[in-house]
Amino acid sequence: MSSILSLSHVGMRYPALDGSGAVHALEDVNLEFRPEEFVVALGASGCGKTTLLNVIAGFLRPTSGSIALHGHPITGPGRDRGVVFQKHALLPWLNVVENTEFGLKLQGVGSRERRAIARENLGLVGLSEFEGYPVYQLSGGMQQRVGLARALTSNPEILLMDEPLGALDAFTRESMQELILKVWARAKKSVFFITHSVEEALFLATRLIVMSPRPGRITHTYDLNFWQRYFDLGDARKIKSHPDFIAMREEVLSIIYGEEAAA
Amino acid sequence: MSRAIAALFSRRAPHGVEQFGAPGTGNSTLISVCTIAAILAAWWLVSHFELIKPLFVPPPELVLAKFARIACTEHYLERLQVLLGMRGEASAVCEGFSEHALHEHTLWSLYRVFSSFFLAVITAVPIGIAMGTSRIARGVFDPPIEFYRPIPPLAYLPLTIIWFGIGDFGKIFLIYLACFAPLAISARAGVRSVSIEQIHAAYSMGASRQQVIWQVVIKGALPEILTGMRVAIAFGWTTLVAAEMVAAKAGLGVMVLNAARFLATDIVFLGIIVIGMIAFAFDLMMRALERALVPWKGRM
Repeated sequence: MSSILSLSHVGMRYPALDGSGAVHALEDVNLEFRPEEFVVALGASGCGKTTLLNVIAGFLRPTSGSIALHGHPITGPGRDRGVVFQKHALLPWLNVVENTEFGLKLQGVGSRERRAIARENLGLVGLSEFEGYPVYQLSGGMQQRVGLARALTSNPEILLMDEPLGALDAFTRESMQELILKVWARAKKSVFFITHSVEEALFLATRLIVMSPRPGRITHTYDLNFWQRYFDLGDARKIKSHPDFIAMREEVLSIIYGEEAAA
Repeated sequence: MSRAIAALFSRRAPHGVEQFGAPGTGNSTLISVCTIAAILAAWWLVSHFELIKPLFVPPPELVLAKFARIACTEHYLERLQVLLGMRGEASAVCEGFSEHALHEHTLWSLYRVFSSFFLAVITAVPIGIAMGTSRIARGVFDPPIEFYRPIPPLAYLPLTIIWFGIGDFGKIFLIYLACFAPLAISARAGVRSVSIEQIHAAYSMGASRQQVIWQVVIKGALPEILTGMRVAIAFGWTTLVAAEMVAAKAGLGVMVLNAARFLATDIVFLGIIVIGMIAFAFDLMMRALERALVPWKGRM
């Protein structure tokens, strides 16, 4: 399968705050996104995963290397790459369905057509009954679901999710993980997902990339199938407590802690 | 002292949904009503027992009587009766003060304050937004605004007279300047308060820069702009009396200044109360507008 998005030798250096040299946020990152792939980036804070997402989204310009979408270089943000933020970033003056259809409105899609698409996506995230609600009256988990529906409604090539569950409580987080997998399977999108939760990463990823700090780079890559087992068994707890899952979790944790100790 | 401050913080068991220890919780309306009643009572007592001479603090009923005379309540009541056919002819004359009835003074001042305020809103808000969104606009407008902002309007009042004469334009210009700075600054701050995530989200849904400014930044700046409007109108009223110091025929400021010249303290009191009540009513209106337009304020 051909790749949707490819990064080659991407590097990012910030000038250091005290003016002495530069901070290597990313160094020599090579990554390919294939259709319908769920790539999860995992790493301790400071490993450059958010920088990587911002570079892909076009919010930051890498200082070296190149990023191409279907062979065309990326120069800035665009609707081919939908973003779900850690803090929802919804517009409080619009209600749930208006937020969801906002991207289509920007593109000049007629109100009836965009409303229909928005409703479909709200249904996908289970918020059909809340379409007329003001977004500031929703819980954090529901706001993130609106954020997901909004990103889907613009019909991007790839969904970029920047620790979308980071601000949620543990129970909401687990149910959101299952919801995200279901939405991903239905929408058939490529996803790039950032997290610092090992369990979350293992559960969701078709491909896991482990990143390490100073300089931020990809150190390990795993192809995983726990998501597949979830669709076969339908029980997230059973998968997360399975010996295979625990063994994998310990392996990844030892990588991350090993790097911490070495650093 | 520190114990007195500590006493202001709630240490009692929380009522209902209150948070324990949160400073200054609970409803204060009843206390405010008591404060107003206490001030009025003190005023009445002090003036009645002549603890302070009426020249300094006139008794409330005298101020009320002055209100009736300057507002020409009797005159207008009779004219209303004539209109209803209950009376042949109005006999009470309208004396007013400084040749104008209270409502004329009030309308003149309202006209000056609100036309200045309106002009300031339609110019300062776009300029403030431009300052927030464009490096060039910020570079151009920042020095003049920051320079004149702290100067008291009384200091540049003579200039407005020299430039624009003693007509109404100079007065409106003076109040306009007083309203302009807080509005421009709040609009600029409002633009800055829009979260970068909201802006990024719009761009990654395919928004153009124009769309981001019109559909995200300006709407996101609205809460701050409304707060700026409340601050600006207060500045406007503050400047009104200064503006009316020079050659105004009617206006609440004129009324107060002329009354002071004749030591008519009761009229000074009346003018102050009218200005205060109008400003307070406008502020209540602005708060209602805030609740209607930006219900999400402080909740997102």
